[in-house]
Amino acid sequence: MKSLILAVLRFYASSIGKKIVVALSALGLLGFLVGHLAGNLLIFKGPDAINAYAAQLHDLGGLLWVARIGLLVLVGVHIAATLQLAAANRAARPQEYVVSATLRATRSSRLMVLSGLTILVFVIYHLLHFTVGNLHGFYDADGAYRLEDGRQNVYKMMVDGFRVWFNSGFYLLALGLLASHLSHGVSSLFQTLGLTTPRTRPLFRLAGWGFAVVICGGFASIPVAVLAGLLK
Amino acid sequence: MNLTLKVWRQKNRNAPGHLAEYEARDIPVDASFLEMLDIVNERLIEKGEDPIAFDHDCREGICGMCSLTINGKPHGGKGGVTSCQLHMREFEDGQTIVIEPFRARAFPVAKDLAVDRSAFDRIIQGGGYISVRTGSAPEANAAPIAKDVADRAFAAAACIGCGACVAACKNASAMLFVAAKVTHLNSVPQGRPERDRRALGMVRAMDEAGFGNCTNQYECVAACPKQIPAEAIARLNRDFARASLKETLAG
Ligand code: HEM
Ligand code: FES
Repeated sequence: MKSLILAVLRFYASSIGKKIVVALSALGLLGFLVGHLAGNLLIFKGPDAINAYAAQLHDLGGLLWVARIGLLVLVGVHIAATLQLAAANRAARPQEYVVSATLRATRSSRLMVLSGLTILVFVIYHLLHFTVGNLHGFYDADGAYRLEDGRQNVYKMMVDGFRVWFNSGFYLLALGLLASHLSHGVSSLFQTLGLTTPRTRPLFRLAGWGFAVVICGGFASIPVAVLAGLLK
Repeated sequence: MNLTLKVWRQKNRNAPGHLAEYEARDIPVDASFLEMLDIVNERLIEKGEDPIAFDHDCREGICGMCSLTINGKPHGGKGGVTSCQLHMREFEDGQTIVIEPFRARAFPVAKDLAVDRSAFDRIIQGGGYISVRTGSAPEANAAPIAKDVADRAFAAAACIGCGACVAACKNASAMLFVAAKVTHLNSVPQGRPERDRRALGMVRAMDEAGFGNCTNQYECVAACPKQIPAEAIARLNRDFARASLKETLAG
C-alpha cells in the first residue's frame, strides 16, 4: 500500500502528472456543469418543474452530500494543481524578456489563472447566495421562500435573486470568464490527455468553443430572461 | 542599410545584464543576421571594445547552436528558420532591433547572448537514446517500417535541439523538445522496447532541470525552426501517462 501511495505521489510530482490531474478534475467539473445547467433550465418549464427538481435533489440526502464533497475535492484538486503549475512556470523564467512577443497563444489561454480565480470567487458568492444563505434562513427570514408544504421555493429564489442587478451582473461576468476558461480548457484537455491528432485538432478546438457557448449561453439565459421580465 | 541594435550585454552568469545600444551602419541587405553581428563585432574589436558574444556553428540551419531572441521572437519569429538563416532583407532600413538571449532558468546566460543549454544534454541522458547497437545502414534499410511511422519519426527527428521552444514558451517549458525526441525514438521499432523508460526518464530529467510546464498554447510550435508539430506533445503526454500507469500499478 505504501509503495502504491508513493508511486501515485511520484506521478503527481511530475509536470505531466499534475497536468493530467488538472485535466481529469476538469472533466469531472465539466460533467457537473452539464448536470447543473440541465437542472436550472427547468425554470423555463415553470415553478412546479424546478421546485420538484430541487425537492428531488434534497431528498437524495446522504447521496447529495457525497456529490457535494466529491465536487469540493475536484475543485480543490484542480486549483491546487493549477496554482502549483503556475508558480513553477513563473519560477522557470526569473529574468523576463525586455521585449516580449506572443506568436500564436490565444487570449483565453493566457487568462486561465485569472478566469479560474474569478470562477472561484463567483462559486463562493454563489454558494453563499443560493445554498448557504438559504439554509441558514437569512434569505428566508419570513418564510418567503417556502412553499405551503414547507419545501423550498427555488423558483422565487432565483427570480428574486436575479432581479437584483449586481447579482445578475456578477453572474454574467463570471459566465463570460467561464466561457473564456472553457474555450481554451476543453480543447486543451484533449491535448493533455494525449487524444489530439492532426486530424482531430480542429474538431477539439470547435468543441471547446461550442461547449463554452452552449453552457454559458444556457446559464446566462436565466438572468437575462428575469431581467427582460420573461420570468416572474 | 542602417539599423539601431539594442543588445543584451551580460559579463557572466551571475552579473546583472543590460541592453546596450549600437548603431549598425551600411549593412548589406543580403547579409544573414549573424553576418550582421559579425560586422558589428569587427567594428567593436577595431575600437578596442568587447565584441558581442553569441553562439553559432554551422550557419546553415542544421546544428542548432544559434540562439537569438530578436524583438521578442526566438530566431526572429519567421517560423521554420534559424537565426543564422534569417536575412537582413527581412528588416527595414532604420529599424531598431532588440536582441536578447533565450531566457529560461534552465538556460543560464554564459555571456551576452550565449546561453548554457546543457540542460538539454541532461534530458537526452534521461532516455534520449537506444541502449543497444541497432546496426548501421544495411540493417536500417532491411528493417520494415510503415511509411506513415517512418514519416512521423523523421519529422520529429528534424529537431536540432536549439531551444527556441523553451525561449518562446510563456512558461519556459521544454515539452516540444522532449516530445520531438520521444516521438522520434518511440515510433521506430529499434526504440520501442525502451519506450516507457524513455518517456519517464526524459520527463523527469526535464522537470529536474527547472523548465516550466506546458499550457498548450503552442508558442513553441510557432517558433520552432524545424516546425515540430503540437501532436508530438500529445504523443508525449500519452506515452508518459501509459508508462506511469504501468509503473504505478505494476511497480
Ligand atoms: C467549473 C469550474 C471549472 C472548470 C469546468 C474548469 C475547466 C478547466 C479545463 C477543461 C482546463 C483545461 C485542462 C487541461 O489543460 O488539460 C482547465 C485548466 C485550468 N484551470 Fe480550470 N476549471 C474550473 C475552475 C477553475 C478554478 C476555480 C480555477 C482557479 C484557480 C481554475 C484554474 C485553471 C487553470 C490555471 C488552468 C490552466 C492549467 C494549465 O494549462 O496548466 N479552474 N480548467
Ligand atoms: S548556426 Fe547552426 S543552426 Fe544556426
